Amino acid sequence: MNSVVMPLAVIVGVLFVLTTVSAGLIWLERRLLALWQDRYGPNRVGPFGLLQVLADMIKIFSKEDWIPPFADKPVFVLAPTIIMVTAFMTFAVIPFTPGIEVADLDIGVLFFLAMSALGVYSVVLAGWASDSKYSLLGAMRAAAQMLSYEVFMGLSLMGVVMLAGSFNMRDIVEAQRGLWFCIPQFPGMVLFFIAGVAETNRLPFDLPESENELVAGFHTEYSGIKFGMFFVGEYLGITLISVLIATLFFGGWLGPVFPPAVWFFLKTFCFICLFILLRASYPRPRYDQLMSLGWKVMLPLALLNLVITGGIILIKG
Amino acid sequence: MNIIQELQGKFGKAAAMLQETRDGIPTLWTTQDKVCDVLKYLKTDTDRPYRMLYDLTAIDERVRGSRQGQPDSDFSIVYHLLSFERNEDIRIKAPLKGERPSTPTIMGLWRSANWYEREIWDMFGIHIEGHPNLRRILMPTTWKGHPLRKEHPARRTELGKFTLPVEEDEREESALQFRPEDWGLGRNRDGTDFMFLNLGPHHTGTHGILRIVLELDGEEIVNAILDIGFHHRAAEKMGERQSWHTYIPYTDRIDYLAGVLNEFPYVLAVEKLAGIDIPDRAKVIRIMLSELFRIQSHLVWLGTFAQDLGQLSPVFFTFTDREQVFRIIEAICGFRMHPAWFRIGGVACDLPKGWDELVKEFLHYLPGRLDEYERIVMQNRIIKGRTRGVGVLALDEAIEWGVTGPNLRACGLEWDFRKKRPYSGYDQFEFDIPTAAEGDSYARAVVRMQELRQSLRIVEQCMRNMPAGPYKSSHPLATPPLKGQTMFAIETLIAHFLSVSWGPVIPAGEAAFSTEAAKGGNTYYLVSDGNTMSYRTRIRTPSFPHLQIIPEMSRGLEVADLIAILGSIDYIMGDVDR
Repeated sequence: MNSVVMPLAVIVGVLFVLTTVSAGLIWLERRLLALWQDRYGPNRVGPFGLLQVLADMIKIFSKEDWIPPFADKPVFVLAPTIIMVTAFMTFAVIPFTPGIEVADLDIGVLFFLAMSALGVYSVVLAGWASDSKYSLLGAMRAAAQMLSYEVFMGLSLMGVVMLAGSFNMRDIVEAQRGLWFCIPQFPGMVLFFIAGVAETNRLPFDLPESENELVAGFHTEYSGIKFGMFFVGEYLGITLISVLIATLFFGGWLGPVFPPAVWFFLKTFCFICLFILLRASYPRPRYDQLMSLGWKVMLPLALLNLVITGGIILIKG
Repeated sequence: MNIIQELQGKFGKAAAMLQETRDGIPTLWTTQDKVCDVLKYLKTDTDRPYRMLYDLTAIDERVRGSRQGQPDSDFSIVYHLLSFERNEDIRIKAPLKGERPSTPTIMGLWRSANWYEREIWDMFGIHIEGHPNLRRILMPTTWKGHPLRKEHPARRTELGKFTLPVEEDEREESALQFRPEDWGLGRNRDGTDFMFLNLGPHHTGTHGILRIVLELDGEEIVNAILDIGFHHRAAEKMGERQSWHTYIPYTDRIDYLAGVLNEFPYVLAVEKLAGIDIPDRAKVIRIMLSELFRIQSHLVWLGTFAQDLGQLSPVFFTFTDREQVFRIIEAICGFRMHPAWFRIGGVACDLPKGWDELVKEFLHYLPGRLDEYERIVMQNRIIKGRTRGVGVLALDEAIEWGVTGPNLRACGLEWDFRKKRPYSGYDQFEFDIPTAAEGDSYARAVVRMQELRQSLRIVEQCMRNMPAGPYKSSHPLATPPLKGQTMFAIETLIAHFLSVSWGPVIPAGEAAFSTEAAKGGNTYYLVSDGNTMSYRTRIRTPSFPHLQIIPEMSRGLEVADLIAILGSIDYIMGDVDR
């Protein structure tokens, strides 16, 4: 009995918390951006404007579910669900605390990489199915950008895997009891963070969207709840990358005094804020500059990091 | 030997007939068959040549009364050339006969004549022989008539009731359809099909209603076709209907970010026609307000420029600063963006109590903010990477295309009307003309950043040295007249009554005045027929020629570069379309 109820409760709990957090992030981002840009942000609905998200949700749910007549209907509908599903799936392998984890997979890190690779389809298919020129350009950029940044994203994590000796997320967290991997794997962490920003299409790597050039890029033709799914998917992505950085490089739930869940939340929160700060401060590079940064700088650095980490492990025996 | 004698010696007195004007610009009437030769001589053969086609326009002369000493014509075409070496202008006019005259194109001499000649065709129905693409530019292609011809009504109501049946609506829609063949563009190259991307008229990157059709190979721009006119409000036609005084508020809305910088050349041109001298205090007030508006306009540019490159925050910072400028402007003018504050013969009223405190606060506030923008925008490596070497404009090309203002100075030419032809007492002020050599998007940004500081210097000098005295001339044509004496002297009462009810009657003549607006050389060319209204109001705006080079600058670059170029040029669609 308990063996069925417990995992189900965890799954439902994780889904609920994630949806709430990513919706709450919309409020957080708008307030933080406003703070850094000398304005107020949403502060009218409820205390501190907290209910703004609720109001937006009601609005977006009650909007007409419109599909442009020229779009490829099945793919157009499918695309936004992919980004939600793949993001949610990845959270299955995250150990939030010693007791809360959906699936204790031995290939946890690989599972994340596989899911993130699948997530690209969402953007590409959305752009393709919209049959609009701006969406197409956005999708082309997305495909190129995400594929090239995925390459060194995987490589940047291999250092962590080598140090922990396992692909299992729980083992990786346990391996950080003495020293968080952000110290020995500092370059790996920086590379992973940059790749993570590119994977989530956030400034300065929001080229698939780049509203100044492509209107709204791949989701130009989307509206209503399907647009809402892309929106929430983006914030799920931010949460996911922040959670992964906390887990893989900052010891996950580990920490003194406070209970594990609090540590986990605090660490994740810091990186989420960092994402938002990036958006407030950076301009956007050009497409070719982005690609050459990925292939000419990031990839060699990731390989170098791998070689040096391997060398040190070998010498230490 | 001056240029008049030189031309008369070369082409004969009949082909170089001098006309009196109020502005002192040598104005010569030539004949239609000789006009190309005269222009060619001025551009290439004479020493210290007139290399810039500053303006090109036409006048419908058919109902003009006072034309003593001018050749008989139904229309005349006016070429306004500028020589940097001489620091002189020259105006060449050619008479055209008949209801539907035609004149040869000068696109072989200046490529920038392209849009100007299309405008003449659009506005006057004057056919331009040999023009490769003579189609409407400001009016919709479905428009009937040519608005600046005198028989075209100035009010919509005179054309009867407006209806838009469905078929008409569809016709208008389909007229906007882009057909590459109309522009001489192919649909493919080496077996690859091009993509035609319709950027605008409503697009986040175009700063107003500008339509650009891009011929794309992947993301590379093969060609760009600009479609303007969506913001056309017939400002020049309104000038022929409004009194000299009531036209001032319309000028505000030409470059709608620059307020009094538009009024400046207009009132200066009217004052030149009327022969009014301005008291010193009015001059300095005008300069101070102009520089405040220049700062304000450049702040908007800075924010949107960063925004175009994907940086979200600066636009909020600069708009906050802009509010500080508006605080001063509001206290002085009682209005923010379009204050209609300059008057013929002075300004609307005296400065309010405590104005200097506001200015002092602002002078203390802005420099620190500018340092910050220098760090977060100009020193940012991504911004540099996006703008350096992008949209490069060589100096020769810039002159060929009629580029003025910061965009010209970014190509390395130190040219500023405030310095080279000081008006309204600019020669009394200490300031520098910032220049840059590269001519790319980054150089244009650098020049504007420095101009902000120079404008602050001028404002500070205005604050410290504001002269005492009247804020308006006592000349009888100053409008509205000073009211102090009206209740005591019958002559002043009569003058006041006429000037307020009819508006001033400005003596017949022609005058142009060029000033340095926020975006470049801004000129009002006014023709008076001795009436309460202008006979012809020609507005030469800087943004019009600047937009025309965009295809040249963006060929071979990417869509993202085009947005960076648009941001760096700093144009305003109201300024382009008038």
